[in-house]
Amino acid sequence: MNGPATEFKVRAGQLTADLRHRQIIQTALGKYETVRDRTKSSFQDWAGAREAASKIKWEAVNHLDEYLLEFVGKLEARGTKVHWASTGTQAREIILSILKDKKAKCIVKSKAMTSEEIHLNEALAHAGFEVVESDLGEFIVQLRKEVPYHIVFPAMHLVRGEISELFVRELGSAPTQSPEELTMIARRVLRQKYVNADVGFTGANFAVAETGMISITENEGNARLTAALPKTMVTLMGIEKVVPRLEDLALFLPMLATMGTGQSLTCYNSLYGGPRQPDEPDGPEEYHVILLDNRRTELLADAEQRDSLHCIRCGACLNVCPIFKNVGGHTYGTTYSGPIGSVLTPHLRGLQEWKHLSFASSLCGACTETCPVKINLHHHLLHNRRNSTRQKPGVFEKLAFRAFAAVINRPWAYALCKKAGRFLQKLHPLIKGSPLDPARSWTRTRELPPIASQTFKEYWHKRQSGLK
Amino acid sequence: MFPKVGLSMVQVLEKLGHTIECPEATACCGQPAYNSGYWDEARLIAVKTLGALETAEVVVIGSGSCGAMLKVFYPELFAGTPHAEAASRLSQKCYEFSDFLVTKLGIGDVGARFPAKVTFHDGCHGLRELGTNEQPRRLLKHVRGLTLVEMKEKTCCGFGGTFATKFPMISTAMGEVRCEVAKETGAEYIVSNDSSCLMHLQGLLDRQGAPMKTIHLAEILAQT
Repeated sequence: MNGPATEFKVRAGQLTADLRHRQIIQTALGKYETVRDRTKSSFQDWAGAREAASKIKWEAVNHLDEYLLEFVGKLEARGTKVHWASTGTQAREIILSILKDKKAKCIVKSKAMTSEEIHLNEALAHAGFEVVESDLGEFIVQLRKEVPYHIVFPAMHLVRGEISELFVRELGSAPTQSPEELTMIARRVLRQKYVNADVGFTGANFAVAETGMISITENEGNARLTAALPKTMVTLMGIEKVVPRLEDLALFLPMLATMGTGQSLTCYNSLYGGPRQPDEPDGPEEYHVILLDNRRTELLADAEQRDSLHCIRCGACLNVCPIFKNVGGHTYGTTYSGPIGSVLTPHLRGLQEWKHLSFASSLCGACTETCPVKINLHHHLLHNRRNSTRQKPGVFEKLAFRAFAAVINRPWAYALCKKAGRFLQKLHPLIKGSPLDPARSWTRTRELPPIASQTFKEYWHKRQSGLK
Repeated sequence: MFPKVGLSMVQVLEKLGHTIECPEATACCGQPAYNSGYWDEARLIAVKTLGALETAEVVVIGSGSCGAMLKVFYPELFAGTPHAEAASRLSQKCYEFSDFLVTKLGIGDVGARFPAKVTFHDGCHGLRELGTNEQPRRLLKHVRGLTLVEMKEKTCCGFGGTFATKFPMISTAMGEVRCEVAKETGAEYIVSNDSSCLMHLQGLLDRQGAPMKTIHLAEILAQT
């Protein structure tokens, strides 16, 4: 088995056995579901809203070439420098050259999963820059030298006591159990960083083609400070973030907030359209926007799974996924975890190396049911499975399914197998649960049902013969 | 594995005056191969099922999961093949058992009696692929002596076919969570319209030594 798959299984084994972890995540997401449902019910027609959102995203993604050019044209007209990056490496090089050009030392970042995707923090640290995450959750996981646990709640796996201990250790603060005090500790540290930062770095939730504006959704005001205080602002966004019209945000901003955190709207929603204009009192002197492909265009070419590009990164599919709830975010070893991560990662990072994520699902469909933009998530897991075995079949598995088909399609062979099964099941207790047990992966934790002394088919055959 | 389900379905349907046929040549819908990504191998089995059910007026299936395979996944599996039309025809006449009784026949009360406190587990395929949600509950509410208590959430039991053995640790954890939620209701039985979910939950309950039992919806409806 390849590296990521083995690591996934090892970590999944640890986390599923960790009952404390299970409790933390189930409790947190239980609360999320309650508030999400309350907010969702304030929509007059949630099904209609989903349908509309899905249509808008379909329109944007299926005319991405046109909308991107419109977006870029408008941005450039106000003096923004736009860069196109085909790969993560290119994007990192562009960002590094901007920082060097500006002789920057310190970069303050607001939350940007796309920057996680291209491993920006490591690259910047390696090049000698000081990088500070300003979103509280991101700030916490950065201090722990971890990647975000969840795309919306980066530190949801931690409890107050752990955060307090972390701050005591890393920031020299006094221990406290109060969330307000913990926030104030982070705030004191971060305020100074904003003042010192040479460059403010952000992601984007939406990119409005009509007006050439970036839309950023947040709750802490940290993105506004990141954008407003440093002299240079840099935004990294995936090319799929485009929506055609400004009025589309009237649907997407409440939808993202509802599904992301259960809020009607997040505390701050800001639009950025360029550097400070001559008649404006504030804003960055220079604004750079980097458009990242990183294999998104390959996904765009895949008609079957193109709707995965509709994703607005609300995290709702993670929050309802029983796999995510039991293995946790870090187990995936990916930037995007949960159902959307299992669908996307094989496309972004290689099918064979990441196909295990598509197999690690019971295909329950809770993700597809909840997705606000109606991505056919769990069916795409099936598509990834099919594509991976077509490309590289498991020789033994393929043979096994051939043999299974041969038996099932021949009533006499099936009858023989049932007889053999009944006989072998009598011997099963001798080896049950031991390494010799062929059903060990089941019997280690579960009992097997007895094979019935008479199957339905056998009963039916007798009954039909009797009637004759 | 679970002959009582088929027997009970026959009993209920014959009582309602239907004529049952059961093609002996088919034994599986091909879902294990399909879900594992081996669509060519799945087709080897599915094509036989497709042929065997060609002449039926309606096809009634005692499992939401197998039902979803025939109704939802066969059209995708056979898309672009000479069997595409047959798959589409079959899809239109397939019903999960409770859906057939309630939606197609308009029946809520089949005259059953089952004095017990039960909770209903929605198999995910039945619930989300077929939209079977109210149908089994309506049938259960008409069963004499039966008290239906709902669980606090509708989540997967963790079975997921080959997933249960490929990722047993995740599957088991999901099942444990589900068993706990079921136990909270204080019910004696977990009822479902999917034997595979019940097999998984019963396997876990038995290992725990828990007194809770599982039973298929059809078995309850056949009790008088």
